[in-house]
Amino acid sequence: MLRVTLMCLLLFLPSAAQALGPDEILPDPALEQRARDISAGLRCLVCQNQSIDDSDADLARDLRVLVRERLIAGDTNAEVEQYVVDRYGEYVLLNPRLGPHTVLLWVAAPLLLLVGLIALFIARRRHAAIPAEGLTAEEATALEALKHGSDKTGA
Amino acid sequence: MSIELGHFALVLAFAIAVVSAMGGLLLWRRGERLAAVLGQAAILQFVLVSVAFLAVVHAFVVSDFSLALAANHSHSLKPLIFKISGVWGNHEGSMLLWVLILVLFGALAAAFSRSLPSDLTNLVLGTQSLLTAAFAGFTLFTSNPFARLSPAPLEGGDLNPVLQDVGLAIHPPLLYAGYVGFSICFSFAIAALISGRIDQAWARWVRPWTMLSWVFLTLGIAMGSYWAYYELGWGGWWFWDPVENASFMPWLAGTALLHSALVMEKRNALKIWTIFLAIITFSLSLLGTFLVRSGILTSVHTFASDPTRGLVILAMLAVLIGGAFLLFAIRSPALRQGGLFAPISREGALILNNLFLATAVGAVLVGTLYPLLLDALTGTTISVGAPFFDFTFGALMAPLLLVLPFGPLLAWKRADLVAAGQRLMGFAALAVFLAILISALAGNSISLVPIGLLLGFWVTFGAIAELIERSRLGRIPLAESLRRLAGLPRSIWSTAIGHMGLGLTVLGIVSVSAWETELVTTLNPGETAELSGYEIAFESFEQLEGANYLADTGVFTVTGPNGGTAVLMPERRTYVASGTPTTEAAIQSYGLSQLYLQLGEPLEDTHVIRVWHKPYILLIWIGALVMSGAGILSLSDRRVRFGVPQAARKAKLEASR
Repeated sequence: MLRVTLMCLLLFLPSAAQALGPDEILPDPALEQRARDISAGLRCLVCQNQSIDDSDADLARDLRVLVRERLIAGDTNAEVEQYVVDRYGEYVLLNPRLGPHTVLLWVAAPLLLLVGLIALFIARRRHAAIPAEGLTAEEATALEALKHGSDKTGA
Repeated sequence: MSIELGHFALVLAFAIAVVSAMGGLLLWRRGERLAAVLGQAAILQFVLVSVAFLAVVHAFVVSDFSLALAANHSHSLKPLIFKISGVWGNHEGSMLLWVLILVLFGALAAAFSRSLPSDLTNLVLGTQSLLTAAFAGFTLFTSNPFARLSPAPLEGGDLNPVLQDVGLAIHPPLLYAGYVGFSICFSFAIAALISGRIDQAWARWVRPWTMLSWVFLTLGIAMGSYWAYYELGWGGWWFWDPVENASFMPWLAGTALLHSALVMEKRNALKIWTIFLAIITFSLSLLGTFLVRSGILTSVHTFASDPTRGLVILAMLAVLIGGAFLLFAIRSPALRQGGLFAPISREGALILNNLFLATAVGAVLVGTLYPLLLDALTGTTISVGAPFFDFTFGALMAPLLLVLPFGPLLAWKRADLVAAGQRLMGFAALAVFLAILISALAGNSISLVPIGLLLGFWVTFGAIAELIERSRLGRIPLAESLRRLAGLPRSIWSTAIGHMGLGLTVLGIVSVSAWETELVTTLNPGETAELSGYEIAFESFEQLEGANYLADTGVFTVTGPNGGTAVLMPERRTYVASGTPTTEAAIQSYGLSQLYLQLGEPLEDTHVIRVWHKPYILLIWIGALVMSGAGILSLSDRRVRFGVPQAARKAKLEASR
């Protein structure tokens, strides 16, 4: 339901440009693929959460062309990315860089998982007072009786 | 006149809700008689809000532009279905729909709660009424859909053309039914905390409501995804957009709730966690409403954004969610945990499921809110987009998918992992074989693709392991096996089918991510292009006229790899009323794959066309449909599985229809 978002914004823009056009595509397929990979990670600044590769805004087109120019000039992917960031700020990166300001973002998921695991471990320790392993003699007898009575007690 | 009647009905519903909320929450010990009154009040609320809603629908249908809402969002030329769906294609109307579904669930809860202890009924209906009062009040005081215009304009301003689609008729009601359905689980959680009554019976009452809401939400999200896919013109189907995440988080939490309520119902364990999840799930639904309705995020979903509304919703959210968690903090230590089990057991597997799902909820939540908070606190703006979510979410889901097939094969309390492993061996081998074979045929080296495929096949096939195990297929005569299979409880089938649906969705995602091909080129009528074995012939270019738009139409004949031809007619539309352009892609299915054709902008002497081949993309939505079907199957099973008294059994049966 999402990209509708973008459309909405785009509707208010003069739509002279469109998404990636035939005239932008580089003749060298390897270079073009690199351009696409980079584009997929760059945000169209006037859109909602849309990469320049998908956007049909004018600015996105300018950026796509810029990326390709830098690639032709011989930049590495990282250099192209840096070049764009230098001009537009880190906001342009859809995949935020790890840094002091994003460390919480990046460690959130592993941290949550770790906290969950520790909580589980503590909960088990608390329960460990009553051993879960093994059956009491009574339970074992009852189980045997059940087993012989019927085998339909599924999980 | 009918507008004023509707307005009055909504005010009355609000007043009844306020009184019901106070009565239910303060006097809940008063027993059966209060329950009877609250039940009738709940049904009355539903009737009144229906009147209010129908009054607005009527104004839209007859194009009564003296209603400001209709004047702003409707148009007399619109087809009937878009006039009706246009009612909720705006802020005020969508809030009214929210309230309507809320009172519908309240009325359903009242109708099917006769078997409940009256304490619980009173608290549930009281909490439900509190929610109704909050949202009906919000609608009346900040987003009144009944405002009149004088003089009335002759023509309406029309609905955003992107929203003029059957998607709008289906997607929001389904999504809201899912969101709002979880309010029942929330109300049950509050009732359990206040009354201290929390046992297996509680889980038995809550689980069908969770399942019902989950089915709606699954369908709503899948529908929204498919709508975005065909409407937006470039074939993306999931964008990790904040608004999308807002609907996805309750889904993840609801999925976790389904599984933890199962543990509680069968084993009387995980009680505190289940209550917590029930609160969290609905809180995330509310958060979604807040994010979308507050104007914090600008998107087509937000319609008009007005900061005061945002503040009011935020305050409501703080009171409702904060109050619920405060209650939880005070009361939950008094709840006793039961049901011991070993780590390797069905319970253990379900806890693992909850651990990963809950972490995924947390990860998506952090990713969604982090840029907003960072901006608010430090002024630094960053983006958190698809690459981040793909990586984080994928890393959390992979282990979950890996262990998923084991779950249903493990016994409650204490299980034999090795035995379960042996039963799955054949399916694991099959999954590995297919993943390697397909990757080799497609020429993929070691990458995420074979791993994704492996997981998809593993989950899909692993899902039927339990069916095979229980029917003893291959170990006893086939006829006997089939008889056993037919006699299996529906819950077993539902688990297997639901998990298989998930596997299918995974396969679809992997396939389309790995092997989608794209062609962007210029083409003139008479010329032909080729993509992945499909031949796309541009026959002619025409200008057609629709009901309320003009369309530049490309007529293409597509010849598939197997020789069949199809005519595809992608359009670029301009809507008369607003003058806004949209693109309508043409999509042709070939089995489970699709060819997606978009007519781009006209150049001086030629046309840009964009073509995508999306291999097995339909599996994504088919998987979601299969999952929903499994949920419905499970609902139909209620009467079989529980020795509930006759009256309740009947009610459950009806509830499941």
